[in-house]
Amino acid sequence: MDLAAIFAVEILYAIASLVVISSGLAVVFGMMRVINLAHGEFMMVGGYATIVAVKSGINIYIAMLIVAPIVVGVLGVIVERLIIRRLYGRLVDTMLATWGLSLLLIGLASMIFGNTTTGISPPIPGFAIGQYQVNGYSFFIILAAVAILVAMFAVLAGTRAGLVARGAMQNPAMASALGYNPERVYMLTFFAGSALAGLAGGLFAPLLGLVPTIGSAYIAKAFITVISGGASVIAGLVSSAVLFGATSQIFTLATTPMVGEIALLLIAIVLLRLLPQGITSRFFRGAM
Amino acid sequence: MRGEMRHALLVAIVAAIVLAVAPALIGTYTLTLLVIYGMLALSLGLIWGFGGILCFGQAAFFGLGAYTYAIAAINIGESTVPFLLGIAIPFLFAAALGAMMFYGRLSDVYLGVITLVVTLLFFRFMNSTAGPEYVVGTARLGGFNGIPGFQTLNVPGDPSAYIFGDAYYYLTAVALLIVYLLVRWLLASPFGRIAMAIRENELRVELLGYDARARKTLLFSIGGAIAGLAGTLYASWAEIVTPGMFSLGQSAEIIIWCIVGGLGTLVGPVIGAMILAYLKFALGQQSVIDNTLVLGAILILCVLLMPRGVVPTLGSALRRSYRRPQTDGTRRRPGASPAERAHV
Repeated sequence: MDLAAIFAVEILYAIASLVVISSGLAVVFGMMRVINLAHGEFMMVGGYATIVAVKSGINIYIAMLIVAPIVVGVLGVIVERLIIRRLYGRLVDTMLATWGLSLLLIGLASMIFGNTTTGISPPIPGFAIGQYQVNGYSFFIILAAVAILVAMFAVLAGTRAGLVARGAMQNPAMASALGYNPERVYMLTFFAGSALAGLAGGLFAPLLGLVPTIGSAYIAKAFITVISGGASVIAGLVSSAVLFGATSQIFTLATTPMVGEIALLLIAIVLLRLLPQGITSRFFRGAM
Repeated sequence: MRGEMRHALLVAIVAAIVLAVAPALIGTYTLTLLVIYGMLALSLGLIWGFGGILCFGQAAFFGLGAYTYAIAAINIGESTVPFLLGIAIPFLFAAALGAMMFYGRLSDVYLGVITLVVTLLFFRFMNSTAGPEYVVGTARLGGFNGIPGFQTLNVPGDPSAYIFGDAYYYLTAVALLIVYLLVRWLLASPFGRIAMAIRENELRVELLGYDARARKTLLFSIGGAIAGLAGTLYASWAEIVTPGMFSLGQSAEIIIWCIVGGLGTLVGPVIGAMILAYLKFALGQQSVIDNTLVLGAILILCVLLMPRGVVPTLGSALRRSYRRPQTDGTRRRPGASPAERAHV
């Protein structure tokens, strides 16, 4: 019984972490058809922002939930203005330019912080279920994932800004005829996506030792989750996160983390072969 | 076709002279690596620039060639068969992967994801094979530490006659020239013409009755075989193979070489690879500025300012200074204008 509870928590946690890691990329890809390969490095910057803030005496929650998203959001706007803006509609070029950006950020981070591991300890202590020990911070990540999904849905479906954003993505000419500037909408959407990446970086900062190259650990997973999800931002993100998170965690628990990871990658290949446009091209069509 | 081959021969002769003179400036040990990287860039330049297939995982074939060679060399002890296997296995693997992707009608981004994922799979798997249970024949895979101490390349039939140092440099240089000429010949053949037509308009080619899927698969496999050859040569040069050959960074570098050098040309990627690899080597000798940062900045600037790459941009600038006014070609990514494509 206790073991089942632990398994359930572990599986939920795996799904939640995929949602947290991928949400920023999903917003940017789903809304703008831009793949930001520097997403992992945006998370890395969020992580460093959190750690620097905590070490200078700011409360850890404020650092994770407010400082990191703002820092990375601002970085995102700068990047959008300088690079992405010039490459809209050229998917492959954007991928290449952001790949360059990711290398640049890794280089910068290793010049500033050095190639050493830094970290902070999780603010929530572990506790026991029966005779097993659980990481209390896992619950915080699960909560955060739910909050992110609810907030994304609320903004996109329930607010004027969300409506304008969706409209401008679907038909920029019409949006601008109605008096909304698509450039501004793109910029704000990219800000939102980057801020989510920063938030994810902040949330994961206490879990893993932070090194400048940590982004590559995230980007592949985020990339696969988002692409396999398909065109719908939220439905795609949730469905592929559930599929990948659950399978990789089940394989991890049954064998080793390495097998879990390989299972995730293999499933992604099979899935893309069968549904090249992503899960939401066949299921949950028209969902948001 | 004959004109093109004559042009290719001319390029090869100039390249041969440059490669023969180069040891006077740079040590042959470093030069060998530059030549190997040039060949690796050529493999992606072929499938991306001429086939329009953007592979994010060319490093997978490079690493696969190297690992195949290392494992076979330990088991066999003589280098001829391992050398051939190092080309054949990546070819077959690329054929299988390509068939899966192209017969599934996957396009650009999805192709990118799958090739990226396959590279990651190799990287993760090879990193986790440290235990003694991971053996192929008598070769331990060695996990993160890789496989050292295998038989390096020898004169066929005589395992004790190692090819190393200057001789090895000339061997790789000749291999590069042969590969270049073969690829040129392939591109001048009807197969190459159709491959380029597929890049321009796949639907139209299919409506003309050609099977685009089979041709793309074959082109992709040839790219894999060339990358495998580069990997095999690399293994023999470095005398060790490590999982780092499968890393995302390695794949990124190959793409950067092609972009900087110029797509739609064969010489461009080779030059791009040699210059950037040497730059990286030179930057590695100082510690003021991180060389990942420099590579990243170069990639961004090239995508923004010279989307066609350095060689085609310089080429058309030169041509423009000869006879102007000339309408500039479109700024589409795969391929330059037809005139340049045929001659560089």
